[in-house]
Amino acid sequence: MATILVVDDEAQIRKFMRISLGASGHQVIEAENAAAGIESARTKAVDLVILDLGLPDMDGQEAISGIREVSAVPIIVLSVRSLEVDKVEALDRGADDYVVKPFGIGELMARVRAALRQKPGGRPDSGPMQVAGLSLDFERRVVTRDRIEVRLSKREYDLLRFLAASPDHVLTHKEILKAVWGPAHLDDTAYLRVYINQLRQKLEADPASPRVIVTEPGVGYRLVTTSS
Amino acid sequence: MADNDRDDRPSPDALLAEAQREMRGRLKIFLGAAPGVGKTYAMLETAHERKREGIDVVVGVVETHGRRETERLVAGLETLPPKTVDYRGRAFHEMDLDAIIARQPKIVLVDELAHTNVPGSRHVKRYQDVEDILAAGIHVYSTLNIQHIESLNDVIERIAGIKVRETLPDSVLAGADEIELIDLPPEDLLKRLAEGKVYVPEQARRATQHFFSPGNLTALREMALRHAAERVDAQMLSYMRAHAISGPWPARERILVCVGDDVAASKLVRVAKRVAERRSAPWVALYVETHQHMALSEQDKDRIAQAMRLAEQLGGEAVTLQGEDVTAEILGYARDHNCTQLIVGRSRRHGWKRLFGSTVTDRLVAQSGFFDVLLVGGEDAERTQPSIQTQPAEQNLDWLAYLLATVGVGVATGIGFLIDLWLPLPNISVGFLLAILLIAMRLGRGPAVFASVLSFLSFNFFFTEPRFSLAISDTQNILTMVFFLIAAMIVSNLAGRVQTQVDATKLSARRTSNLYDFSRKIAAAATRDDVLWAVAHHVAATIHGKSLILLPADGRLDIAAGYPPEDQIGDKDAAAADWTWANGRPAGRGSTTLPACDWLFLPLKTARGPVGVLGIQMKGQDLLAPEDSRLLETLADQAAVAIERTTLVADVEAARLATETERLRAALLSSLSHDLRTPLVSILGAATSLINYDDDLSASDRGELAHTIQEEAERLNRFVQNLLDMTRLGSGALKPNADWADLRDIANAAAERAGKLLKGRQIRIDIDETVPLVCVDSVLVEQVFFNLLDNACKYSPPGSTVTIWGRGRPHQVLVEVCDQGPGIPEADRERVFDMFYRVDAADKQTAGTGLGLAICRGIIEAHGGAIKAEPGMNGAGTCIVIALPRVDPPTAGEPEQGG
Repeated sequence: MATILVVDDEAQIRKFMRISLGASGHQVIEAENAAAGIESARTKAVDLVILDLGLPDMDGQEAISGIREVSAVPIIVLSVRSLEVDKVEALDRGADDYVVKPFGIGELMARVRAALRQKPGGRPDSGPMQVAGLSLDFERRVVTRDRIEVRLSKREYDLLRFLAASPDHVLTHKEILKAVWGPAHLDDTAYLRVYINQLRQKLEADPASPRVIVTEPGVGYRLVTTSS
Repeated sequence: MADNDRDDRPSPDALLAEAQREMRGRLKIFLGAAPGVGKTYAMLETAHERKREGIDVVVGVVETHGRRETERLVAGLETLPPKTVDYRGRAFHEMDLDAIIARQPKIVLVDELAHTNVPGSRHVKRYQDVEDILAAGIHVYSTLNIQHIESLNDVIERIAGIKVRETLPDSVLAGADEIELIDLPPEDLLKRLAEGKVYVPEQARRATQHFFSPGNLTALREMALRHAAERVDAQMLSYMRAHAISGPWPARERILVCVGDDVAASKLVRVAKRVAERRSAPWVALYVETHQHMALSEQDKDRIAQAMRLAEQLGGEAVTLQGEDVTAEILGYARDHNCTQLIVGRSRRHGWKRLFGSTVTDRLVAQSGFFDVLLVGGEDAERTQPSIQTQPAEQNLDWLAYLLATVGVGVATGIGFLIDLWLPLPNISVGFLLAILLIAMRLGRGPAVFASVLSFLSFNFFFTEPRFSLAISDTQNILTMVFFLIAAMIVSNLAGRVQTQVDATKLSARRTSNLYDFSRKIAAAATRDDVLWAVAHHVAATIHGKSLILLPADGRLDIAAGYPPEDQIGDKDAAAADWTWANGRPAGRGSTTLPACDWLFLPLKTARGPVGVLGIQMKGQDLLAPEDSRLLETLADQAAVAIERTTLVADVEAARLATETERLRAALLSSLSHDLRTPLVSILGAATSLINYDDDLSASDRGELAHTIQEEAERLNRFVQNLLDMTRLGSGALKPNADWADLRDIANAAAERAGKLLKGRQIRIDIDETVPLVCVDSVLVEQVFFNLLDNACKYSPPGSTVTIWGRGRPHQVLVEVCDQGPGIPEADRERVFDMFYRVDAADKQTAGTGLGLAICRGIIEAHGGAIKAEPGMNGAGTCIVIALPRVDPPTAGEPEQGG
């Protein structure tokens, strides 16, 4: 189906990813350090890179930048929990998503599918987007929930549209604030919280446990199109 | 039982003393009975022997007295040049102490151990120099004549009739590692003397002629022999103790010497030392302080203090008791401490005083019962030099008092003349009597006696027949004179006594209030710095000068406090302070060691050893008042105890911390070995089952095993996460990265993550609109919620509900996580937040790390919040209550128009 480059220095991790990704029909290229990873990303036709942030020869963040210099291929970062700063930096440097180690294969596969769905430079399919009883029609600027139109303020609409532009992708607070509120409001996360909350009240079946707009603690939000 | 115990093992003191001797240089003394027996010669010969053996021997100081044989021997050895010391315009040669220590020979020869240095040298006595050399690890050969030994001092005086000024404490001889007796029969010595082979200084020739009599020499020789023999005995005993040989010595004797205010106090102490030494018995010098003590003269007080200090110097124990009945106190102490012999001075109360009551000695002898009592007689006018010199007592003749007495009598005479005009003669004497009484009350005995004589003369001259002549015609007038005198004596005595008592009471009150004030101050001081400051300030105020406290830090003395604050002292003063620290005795200005300093240093000692050094500097005067000196020593003792107390408190705290750390380490180890291994066992077991029995397993079995691996790995992951968080919390590396966050979001994320742990339990989130945005690190707070949910699931039955409940309050945000489990006993509700603390449940199956709640508390407190455990609704289950500070977020109503 796709060619996936796995950059990780742990042979055991590469092995189980090779097996499980292979089982899903993907072809796997392995690299055990950042230099080899960047080289493969440059020379081979790769559809997706899975990159471990803890590599022996180079800082993982540098590796992201290194890959970005040679390719626009989607990158999923593997990182340890509790270092949210790293995740945010990785996303800022151009990574598309992250998975926290240790992870179950199901979680990784969901991210891989989402990343592959949105090819580089691709646009969301035209026509309304259907998510959990919601219909998001950005061409007509109409959002309905269970066929009833939901009235959104301009800011709410902009926010939802920005989230929906990268479905199933984590978007950092800064990215969202910059796009929706403008570069002067990068630190006004309180605004963001309030508007996310308002959106949830209007869109979610149970606003107390949201299923569509999901919080990624310490990082940002994700608009989920597939129910897990 | 105690006796067996004592004799079976080597005495620790003996072993310790031996170990200390290892590091110091060794002192060998060539002991002789008199000058001229050949001590120096013997010392030099031995030195040559050592030199032949290849040992580095140098001559520090040797007096050849122009003798050719001696000079020849000295010439064969390396001699260090003496130091020239100027004293009153004359140059004196003294041993160069620093040069010797710098030269570091193996052995140094130091002649005449009892020599007194020229003023201006570092130490007053040469044996003190030798102490320094020994402390530097250099062996010393020295010479000594028996008459210079302190405790033999008065015996020598009695035998030879000469006063030996240059004395040496017994402890120096006792501390010598080796003694070689240089013996020469008196006849041979006298022959050498006659041949002019013995050096005798010119000015002492007449005294020495008496000194070198055959009788004296025999006595001295015997003393030297006996001393050397006793010394051998003592060495034998010390050896036997160090090697745990049960001795043949009988039950311990103990000798008690009763120190009084008489002049013989020091002599008594010396006698006691000799008696005790002969019997190898420990001895105690006891002074009973009654209310009269304060009324004693300064000389008397000093004499007592000196005698007590001498007792300690000579190796005895000095004890002061408070009490009124001196006899009873002494006998009580003797009984309590198994003293076998009492040594008392023969009373010096003579004459009419005896009529008024028996003396302490009389009563002791009468009541002593089974104690032996040794009465020691004779006067002892000799005084040892106190370690701190004090101002001499004021003894100026009060001319003013006599002048006033004369004026008083003159006034009485004038009044007499006036009365004489009106009244018959006999009553005139009453006017004089009144004047005498007033003078006696105000001016003391001397002026009163003077006034009574003057009054008699005046009365006789002006008012008795024949007038204007001193002739006495009437015996009645002689009687008048006698009455005048008696009245003057009695009143002045009474008034004088009252005055002394008032002074004593004032002094005592001042001293008591000073000490009380001091102890109150240092008791209130909590930290070491506070104590030091209080001591420095108080001492400075007491002496009206400056004070310093030096404490050891990194092996050297540093100024720890001072009043007024001072951060540097001169090299000389630093040397004196170091000396005081090393030797535990006063040094510096007004003492006998390094007196040329600006400061006087006193040791701060407690029973456990030296604590530091107290330095004082008086304003405009060199010497302390005697009362101040004694007060200062008491203050120094109290200060030392207080400083030690703060050190001990710190030690105890450190020990407590160490224990706590140890406990945590043990808990961590057991937690690691159990909680880390249990999931690994399951994982390994499930994985190997899958590998080995793959074919035999049904699909559902395989699935179950795989799930086991997954669950246990997740459990392991949680444990590791907890450990990591705890480590970060403990190291202070965990700093909340606070940002605006929605508690609902956080609770949802935690509930999501905890989903697998629920096993049929439900999570209900009830956080209503009153909860505003909070400024927290959402990742950390999510970990808190996760840990609480994890705990709640562990301790509540399947099928029950776990509730996350949140409400906003005016100043805080309250969140509760409640389960329907068995609840936490009240006694444990606080302790569950301790690391590795687990409530012992009946079923031991609930596996936890004992870290979860500790981490929660750490995180919540880092956010300025609070967390506690409470019983759940209706007393069932547990509610963990979290209170976070409420901070109003920036208004969300930002402009819609934007950019």
